[in-house]
Amino acid sequence: MGRNNIIGILGLSLFILLFPLTGRISAISHYVDIMVFVGLTAMITMGLSLLMGYAGQISLGHAAFYGLGAYASGILTVKYGLNPWLALFIGVFLSAVLAVVVGSPSLKLRGHYLAMATLAFGEIIYIIFNGWISLTKGPDGFGDIPYLSIFGFSFDSMLSNYYLIWFVAIIMLVFVLNIIHSRLGRALMSIHGSELAASAMGVNAARFKIQVFIISAVMASIAGSFYAHYVQYINPPVFDLFFSIKLLMMVIIGGMSNIWGALIGAALITFLPEWLIFMEDFDILAYGLILLLITMFLPKGLFGLPEVVYKLFAPRVKASLG
Amino acid sequence: MDSSGLFSQIVQYVITGITVGSIYAIVALGFNIIYSATEIINFAQGEFVMLGGLVMVTLVNSAGIPMPLAFFITISAVTLVGLLMERAAIFPLRDTTVLRLVIITIALSILIKGLAMFIWGKDSFALPAFSGETPIPFLGATIVPQTLWIVGLTAVLVVLLSIFFNRTLLGKAMSACADNPEAASLVGINTQRMVMFSFMLSAALGAVAGMIITPVALMEYDRGALLALKGFGAAILGGLGHFYGAVAAGILLGLLESLGAGLISSAFKDAIALGVLLLVLFIKPSGLLGSAEVSKLRKF
Repeated sequence: MGRNNIIGILGLSLFILLFPLTGRISAISHYVDIMVFVGLTAMITMGLSLLMGYAGQISLGHAAFYGLGAYASGILTVKYGLNPWLALFIGVFLSAVLAVVVGSPSLKLRGHYLAMATLAFGEIIYIIFNGWISLTKGPDGFGDIPYLSIFGFSFDSMLSNYYLIWFVAIIMLVFVLNIIHSRLGRALMSIHGSELAASAMGVNAARFKIQVFIISAVMASIAGSFYAHYVQYINPPVFDLFFSIKLLMMVIIGGMSNIWGALIGAALITFLPEWLIFMEDFDILAYGLILLLITMFLPKGLFGLPEVVYKLFAPRVKASLG
Repeated sequence: MDSSGLFSQIVQYVITGITVGSIYAIVALGFNIIYSATEIINFAQGEFVMLGGLVMVTLVNSAGIPMPLAFFITISAVTLVGLLMERAAIFPLRDTTVLRLVIITIALSILIKGLAMFIWGKDSFALPAFSGETPIPFLGATIVPQTLWIVGLTAVLVVLLSIFFNRTLLGKAMSACADNPEAASLVGINTQRMVMFSFMLSAALGAVAGMIITPVALMEYDRGALLALKGFGAAILGGLGHFYGAVAAGILLGLLESLGAGLISSAFKDAIALGVLLLVLFIKPSGLLGSAEVSKLRKF
């Protein structure tokens, strides 16, 4: 996994452990609550970063997998009284199956069919959340979802959820970093280099892409389940197309093939509404502009910033020296 | 319900289906034109439609410009948006990956949508029909005159486009680029110029679709995404890059949607077209009319 990554994980863990201290500063006391959502979002963006940065595919439907996890947890625990952990696994299973159904036909094709297929899939799921009222209660939303508990300990406070969700997120981070350095990760990198060369070496490009898509869908679904149990209320707008696009932005801002970037992107975009409150509904303009500028000028995301700045100034420095 | 009632109802659904299907067909053609020139799926395609509708609304309702004149001003304005888009965001990145360009078009679609919300707000806007509102009785159902405009103008567009691509020098140059950019540039065609034209032409088509649909369906700032998605469904169904396939598939999709909504469930109306899109990707991704081999060789 590399020494830098291990140091990074330890550093992140320490940061997460100590961050709730900011709760004592009244002006930013609600930042801990936002950090819970950063953790949930990071679970999704890490998987998405694998998909985009390593398999070179865009998904515009991850909000739907997030929603599937959330609704599976909500409906199965409230309506059918299932154990929340079992409900979480059923959500995961459902998401994985749907990922195969949506992903395998489009990933067998070259090009960017997955983007449109997931977009359509996301819209269909969104329409179902809204329209299948007898099951989901439609636009009214689905409430009274219980807190998670384990061995009699109930995660009924913000802080306990904060630590639980970040604990899971960091496990996922370790998992994803391991994937990159596994057979699957190496195969993906070879596909990214040249799909033709990779397949000539016997790498089954389609199969690996589908595997990554499934992993990313499952991670989003788990995040959705934790979301449902933390907020205890779910409604369709949380899982709309715009959230899928925001997820895409987070990954791009961090630099697509950088898992740490996915974490930072998740943090920045989740905190952004906090800082754009003055723009009200027009924050959509800011999102569009950020996505456009980063894609045009910082193709490696914020991590590529030093390189771009260096390239901008290096010739002049050299010229002035020489 | 007696059988004649059901019959006239079905006729009504078919009329509605052909009407919305024409719009999907135009949007699908827009997708095809840019896809053929660049291999990009332009996510901002629906935004052209939205802009067409809203610019026309402003010109006609607020500025009081007569409709025929407003029609051409709107086309010019939206074409300009397409041109600016290509020059500002696509052209500077011409040597990059398709993935990055696709993300650029996603960003542009959000940006255009945001600007539209800034300019027009969140309300839906109506536009007077092009020639009166008196319904015409037809086989027990009724046709509003705007339907004839929609279907008629779509037919005119299809004919004009096929003349353009098969008979004019510029159109042939564009088709050549779509088939084989390297070979086209070897015979002296400026391929990047053709990419620019493809964005302008797509924008113009979107504008027409927006203007003709607004009198029957209203228009608001966030309509683009769904229209684009259904238009893309039609483009895929017809075989991406396949000219007549897009037209036939657009109308087929409109019919399926209208009949499905009328006879099965209107709550899931929007899901029908999207379900068809997924189904086609699943069963026959080269589209109904295109065989895999042919679609590799012939793009227009």
